[in-house]
Amino acid sequence: MSDTNLSVLYDVPGPRARRRALVGSVVVGLLTLAVLYLIYARLDDQGQFESDRWSPLLDPSDESFQAVWKQLGTGLRNTLVGALVAITLSVAIGIVLGIARVMLGRRSRVPLVAVIEFFRGLPVVVLMYMAYQLLPDLGVNYEPLPGPDAFWWMVVGLVAYNSVIFAEILRAGVNSLPGGQREAGLVIGLTPLQTMRMIQLPQAFRTMLPAIISQMVVVLKDTSLIAFIGGYEELLRKGQFVYLNLKNPLQTLLFVAIIFIAVNFTLSWLANLAQRRMSRRSAGRGINPIHLDPGSAGNTTL
Amino acid sequence: MNVITDNLDLFFQGFLKTLGICIICLIGALILGTVIAGFRVSPVAPLRGVGTTYVNLVRNCPLTVVLFFIAFGLPEIGINQSYYVFGCAALIVYTAAFVCEALRSGINAIPAGQAEAARAIGLTFTQNLGSIILPQAFRTAIPPVGSVIIAMFKNSAILGAFGVSGDLLGNAILLTSSRGQDPTAVYLGIGFFFLLITIPAGLILQYLERKAVILR
Repeated sequence: MSDTNLSVLYDVPGPRARRRALVGSVVVGLLTLAVLYLIYARLDDQGQFESDRWSPLLDPSDESFQAVWKQLGTGLRNTLVGALVAITLSVAIGIVLGIARVMLGRRSRVPLVAVIEFFRGLPVVVLMYMAYQLLPDLGVNYEPLPGPDAFWWMVVGLVAYNSVIFAEILRAGVNSLPGGQREAGLVIGLTPLQTMRMIQLPQAFRTMLPAIISQMVVVLKDTSLIAFIGGYEELLRKGQFVYLNLKNPLQTLLFVAIIFIAVNFTLSWLANLAQRRMSRRSAGRGINPIHLDPGSAGNTTL
Repeated sequence: MNVITDNLDLFFQGFLKTLGICIICLIGALILGTVIAGFRVSPVAPLRGVGTTYVNLVRNCPLTVVLFFIAFGLPEIGINQSYYVFGCAALIVYTAAFVCEALRSGINAIPAGQAEAARAIGLTFTQNLGSIILPQAFRTAIPPVGSVIIAMFKNSAILGAFGVSGDLLGNAILLTSSRGQDPTAVYLGIGFFFLLITIPAGLILQYLERKAVILR
């Protein structure tokens, strides 16, 4: 039942019902405005609208304006670079894991399923801490890799979690295809791996594209978790640096939030566009990205 | 491995604290999420506007930014609480947006024929919603809401990273950084305890899914 036909719940409203709805709208509208005014009064009362809190962010003639936005710009670039590296690695590893999970026999995939369940059950921030403290303890050395160590703590944490999630998304996509797709591939003489690579996987990718893009939004958001450990200057960390200097946490964090929201909104919008375009070109039934398929509980990441 | 047995009380206390945070935030997020879902399907346009704005803003903002906003922003306007309270508040505010969307997807999944049939046999709007649509919607919404809740359990770890002491990750950081314990053992230990929450939660959810599924 989509929003548009919610009206089947009741008859076409008559004059009295319409009047009631109008009164309701006005009352709620006024209440909302009142709440907004109270918040405004509180903020004003605490001096949150004083210009020295805002001008470094808004006024190009302010002496710190350039420096502040240079910091935030660097932060955004670092966030995007981190997300890009993490997404690329996660998708690549996810494809391998996903194919392996689908194609291995019932018994031989047990260790793989155990690994998937292990990483899927842990919080990303814990995985980052593991990359930060546990891996070096086990003898992993980040030195030869380019960039600061903290960058790789972040990337390893994100990849450990998200490659598993991407694998599960692809598995759900492959399983959603009609069996005839695979059988047709085998019948024309392709090997099982070729069938997977040339017939099943491309369609699974298309069916699951919305879920994949939503997961990319999650990865992008989760890059900010490295701010707890520190060492990598992504957007939130830079924002923290800025507001500690300017002493305006509310204002700076507002802008950090706006930047994150703008980037993610663009990605989500692409996800919707992709859903409409791509799902038609696959034999798979579309799957709600919030919940992939029964039995995959816990795949959702926020 | 002595690290784990020697500090078993710390691990166990951390496990209980994390479990406590999860339960508080579970209740809070379900209530707030249901209210906002109610806003989003209400016939009153401004309420719908408020609900949609809330969901779209919060969903696209990292939990860490929400947390920083609450924990460092609210004291600026004279609201002072412990990190524990701020942390739970952030987790609830953030998760509620996803609970709302999951519930709404439950309502949207009910075929229009159900509502039409109810109208046809003469049920009023309230009867229709109360005895036909909502009971089915709750059952359809169990898998997505459950997945959101499990994700929230995992997200609760950021409270420890933020400096709320005493939860699983908080104790792990205490053990490795301040007391210089062997990180391998400590992290395997807390990994085990996290899985002790998330894996049973997943199994319970699968059981509920099977019980609640509507075969059509």
